[in-house]
Amino acid sequence: MSASDIRPITMPKWGLSMTEGKVVAWLVDEGRTINVGDELLDIETEKIANTFEALDAGVLRRKVADVDASLPIGALLGVLAPASVSDADVDAYIAEFQANYVPPAVEEEASGPRYEFLDVHGYRLRYTRTGEGTQIYVLVHGFGGDLDNWLFNIDALAAVGTVYALDLPGHGESTKAVTAGSVQALAEDLCAFLTSLELSGVHLVGHSLGGAICLAAALAHPKLVGALSLLAPAGLGPEINAQYLADFVAGESRRDMKPVLQQLVADPELVNRTMIDAILKYKRLDGVGRALTAIAAGFVAGGKQSVALRGRLGELAIPAQVIWGAEDRIIPASHAAGLPAGVTATVLPGVGHLVQMEAASDVNRLLKG
Amino acid sequence: MARKILFQDAIREALDQEMARDPSVIVMGEDVVGGTGAPGEMDAWGGVLGVTKGLYGKYGNRIMDTPISESAFVGAAVGAATCGMRPVVELMFIDFMGVCFDQIYNQAAKFRYMFGGKAQTPVVVRTMIGAGFRAAAQHSQCLYPMFTHVPGLKVVVPSSPYDAKGLLIQAIRDNDPVIFCEHKALYAMEGEVPEESYTIPFGEANVVREGKDVTVVALGRMVGFATKVADDLAKGGISCEVIDPRTTSPFDEDTVLESVENTGRLVVVDEASPRCGMAADIAALVAQKGFSFLEAPIEMVTAPHTPVPFNGVLEDLYIPGPAKIEAAIRKVKGYKG
Repeated sequence: MSASDIRPITMPKWGLSMTEGKVVAWLVDEGRTINVGDELLDIETEKIANTFEALDAGVLRRKVADVDASLPIGALLGVLAPASVSDADVDAYIAEFQANYVPPAVEEEASGPRYEFLDVHGYRLRYTRTGEGTQIYVLVHGFGGDLDNWLFNIDALAAVGTVYALDLPGHGESTKAVTAGSVQALAEDLCAFLTSLELSGVHLVGHSLGGAICLAAALAHPKLVGALSLLAPAGLGPEINAQYLADFVAGESRRDMKPVLQQLVADPELVNRTMIDAILKYKRLDGVGRALTAIAAGFVAGGKQSVALRGRLGELAIPAQVIWGAEDRIIPASHAAGLPAGVTATVLPGVGHLVQMEAASDVNRLLKG
Repeated sequence: MARKILFQDAIREALDQEMARDPSVIVMGEDVVGGTGAPGEMDAWGGVLGVTKGLYGKYGNRIMDTPISESAFVGAAVGAATCGMRPVVELMFIDFMGVCFDQIYNQAAKFRYMFGGKAQTPVVVRTMIGAGFRAAAQHSQCLYPMFTHVPGLKVVVPSSPYDAKGLLIQAIRDNDPVIFCEHKALYAMEGEVPEESYTIPFGEANVVREGKDVTVVALGRMVGFATKVADDLAKGGISCEVIDPRTTSPFDEDTVLESVENTGRLVVVDEASPRCGMAADIAALVAQKGFSFLEAPIEMVTAPHTPVPFNGVLEDLYIPGPAKIEAAIRKVKGYKG
């Protein structure tokens, strides 16, 4: 066995804005045999805390990063190697890695192309494009979200295709003044976005309200859509936590928002200060309150969902799947039951509404098909 | 979208966007245009430190130079506010409040109450505070506690470019008189600020940094000092929660009390004089409403009770800097009954 069997564990890059992460906890001890997908550490970013899973297999020979250390992306966190590799080789590997490691220049990153903008239906929509493959993924966030909701998914999907993620009208850094907030109107905006970029046959991935929008888009413009993945989507049943929507729109302070946002996940610890601050910063922008109110009125009325698309799932002539967190407190996972043949359903245990963040690896595997 | 700009540019952007949005917003003060009555360029100065530079070219006579008579032009701004305008008046240094205090505390602050809620006075007084500029005792004070003392006034002390823009837009849209205190030493501070307009509500403290051992409440320039000290101490195992109240009136009691409930220890950092200042006020609040949370006496880090010295060595010593903050944190952390 030689040093070539040594595999580094490095700080991942979750989303365009991530420059560093903080090690919250190691979840395994040195000497443990690690398989691909095993949970290694909890890492906190400026957006959210998440568990980092092993990308390689081997014995965890060394924890290099200390708990509470904030490290730039690509920094060495630990070392995996077969038991047959000597400690001296492991030490030499670490010394060589650290000697050669150069943290990515933050200045360069900030001045490079990060976000792109496209004018559609009078809106200026922000989006990102990542990866090069022929398979096209287009990721559509839910109510009150933005393209950063996909920060644990974009890079994983970019390994197998080209990934677009956009901010819907009224959201993120797209135009806030929403002229038509219905699901149909937003679906037409999404299709115009695809058409402007000359995309067709795409794999549309929608979360929550974004799921209903993607489904409506696929029904209205079948040629644009080649596959459909709906994560905890709206539109498949009447039940919804309307109080959550009202509280999300009304909340003004960190104290207001924390219990509201904690309903999005099964593990409330995932909602950290920076995630709440980012949402408050968005909600404070002029026009956001009006936009959210208009969009909420477009799919919820009298405490129930007003957009009913379940009956039309049978019209889809493309591969379609539904992914839900069993602990969803916004839209119940029971909506994943009784779907027509041809629409596969996966319900993930111990996961809440924000399924693509809370169970990123499972969702990424399902999206890669 | 957000990009990095200076604190003083964030102030100008807030003024610019509100002047564009609402024609009743006007700006007035000494040299805020800069060339009035003199040969040459009209838009010569844009305020003594250039904060309002460029607004004259866009808004013309809605930004006006005033004579060096604070009692007259602050009074004029208060009067204009009662008549439907939204003036942003610049009192160059807060130290000059003495000559226009009646217009602020006994007129503007009282109208809403004395006229049964029918009168409103949406005036903003922008003013520079703080030591460290070698500007001597008459141009270096942090007098916001005096305004905080007066019911009917709202008092804002921003500590970052993001907060400065959002709080100033909130101040302009607010229907009550607002004293907006800008620390001179922060004008060159850079930070991420959205291009779009936004407001930060008054009375909502910012938890700048989370921690579990010691709560540090700091205002204005002191927030940066406290955060730096907290970052350094974290490496040695002392975890500080840094809270910036952002507004001294209204004051976010709940955030401070909740934090002290978790940490059991409080340090208050305030550049103002110690007697009847914000440090004493916040310490009294926690002593009264959070007594049972406390595991150590409250520490106050303030300037000494003396005018700001002109001598540079003494002025540096006067400012409650990182070393004094660190000593206070270590003292409350190490307290043993």
